[in-house]
Amino acid sequence: MSRLITRRKFLNGVALSAPAVVIGCDRLGAAPSFRETVLSSGEWLSYRVHRLMGSGSLAREYTEADLSPEFRTNGNTDPGTQEYRQHLAEDFASWKLQVGGLVKTARTYSLADLKSRPSRTQITRHDCVEGWSAIGSWNGVPLGTILDDVQLMPEARYIVFRCADSFGTRTPTPYYESIDLIDAYHPQTILAYGMNGEALPVGHGAPIRLRVERQLGYKHAKFIMQIEAVASLTSIGRGKGGYWEDVGFYDWYAGI
Amino acid sequence: MSIADADSNATPKGGDIVRRHRVSTRLWHWINFAALIILLMSGLMIFNAHPRLYWGEYGANPDPSWFQIGSQNGAGYTRIGSVQIGTTGVLGVWTDDGGTVRNRAFPDWATLPSDYNLALARRWHLTFAWVFSIGLLVFTIVSLINGHFRRDLLPTSDEIRPRHIWSDIKDHARLRFPRGEAALHYNILQKTSYIGVIFFLIPVMIFTGLTMSPALDAIWPWLLDVFGGRQSARSIHFITAILLVLFILVHLIMVILAGPFNEIRSMITGRFRLPKEKG
Repeated sequence: MSRLITRRKFLNGVALSAPAVVIGCDRLGAAPSFRETVLSSGEWLSYRVHRLMGSGSLAREYTEADLSPEFRTNGNTDPGTQEYRQHLAEDFASWKLQVGGLVKTARTYSLADLKSRPSRTQITRHDCVEGWSAIGSWNGVPLGTILDDVQLMPEARYIVFRCADSFGTRTPTPYYESIDLIDAYHPQTILAYGMNGEALPVGHGAPIRLRVERQLGYKHAKFIMQIEAVASLTSIGRGKGGYWEDVGFYDWYAGI
Repeated sequence: MSIADADSNATPKGGDIVRRHRVSTRLWHWINFAALIILLMSGLMIFNAHPRLYWGEYGANPDPSWFQIGSQNGAGYTRIGSVQIGTTGVLGVWTDDGGTVRNRAFPDWATLPSDYNLALARRWHLTFAWVFSIGLLVFTIVSLINGHFRRDLLPTSDEIRPRHIWSDIKDHARLRFPRGEAALHYNILQKTSYIGVIFFLIPVMIFTGLTMSPALDAIWPWLLDVFGGRQSARSIHFITAILLVLFILVHLIMVILAGPFNEIRSMITGRFRLPKEKG
């Protein structure tokens, strides 16, 4: 009886299987059909499991002694538009936050309106998708109270944040982000106008930025201009729910 | 050629072909083989996004790091504490497949994907982390129920005597591997390393990974206390990955020394030819 597979062939095959896995993976990862199915299953599973395990759980809050000596910035650190410069020069006196979409009464809020509402201060850890963390103190309005104010329609499923900053010089793409209603009504989800006891600095998103404490940094939209309640994310941007989700395959659910 | 069943009463002898690994063990082994390559290489790409490690809760560029891979004036370096060594060509500065010099921590041949892409590396990592973890969970439950753990992995009272351990260390150092029927059982060094890897190293790997998740830190705040903060967990995750690579290297060397054809065949088909007794 002749052996179809010789020992040499067999061992060569085994030795080559590791590089083969790698080359195969590189090709698979580049294929949208694989990337958006198999490679999205981790996000799909994590999102559902996290929600099942504790949708109301609170992120740890730290003390003043735990604050990072220096809190680095990331992403856009200045929208740089004429309109934004104008607002900044006026200390955001004529800046208005628009809240609309699937709500009973669309409203606008000045920065003074937001500051006159009941506020929350929290010292939390900010985790960037790149791997670093920084601890800062944030002060702002719980998003849930604003949503109660405008009253969401029953069809509303996501809250979208449209920002003043853009990426790209030739065809600037505006930054935006979105979260589900569980995170939107979470008590630690706030529209922060203060950081470390001072007004929110430009580099960190003045006049207001989102704090959504159980997700990674890119979800914490800065320079927010508009908030919109929507039933679906598919018709916004390229339909993935955020700037980085649209342009770079970043997961919409960034709880891990 | 006789095929003896390892579980049957007749004691098989050197030269016999026996069944050594169950199909569940073999399947789990090869799932882990693929998952570990994917997890390791995508992990190195994720590290490339911020090639520094810290101790404590926070840690970013302005804070002191205990480990860093970087580049300065076109030279790559790796720094552990205050000790810095030049690693140009491999770490920090290297030349890619297309001949372009890159200033990144791990080189393209070691990462998944090869070209810098944090988002895609995260997808690989966070999807196959599920595959790997569920595999370990199923293995643990099954091996506790079917007796694999007690029968094959748990050291016996004879084996944990210092004299026995010492003689096994000497046998390994002399590359004297068990022959005949003894080759069907894990020796004490194998048992210790398998138990250490399966029930300590890999769980530490999984739980430090979970500690890096802001959502899981909210659900299980004790994770932060167990590992001393998120950045400590990230450091331990990285160190554990290196220990796992060392285990795999030793494992591969042992397979090669013990006879790669026979060993690998036994992990694919389950059939193993018992080495002939001396004499």
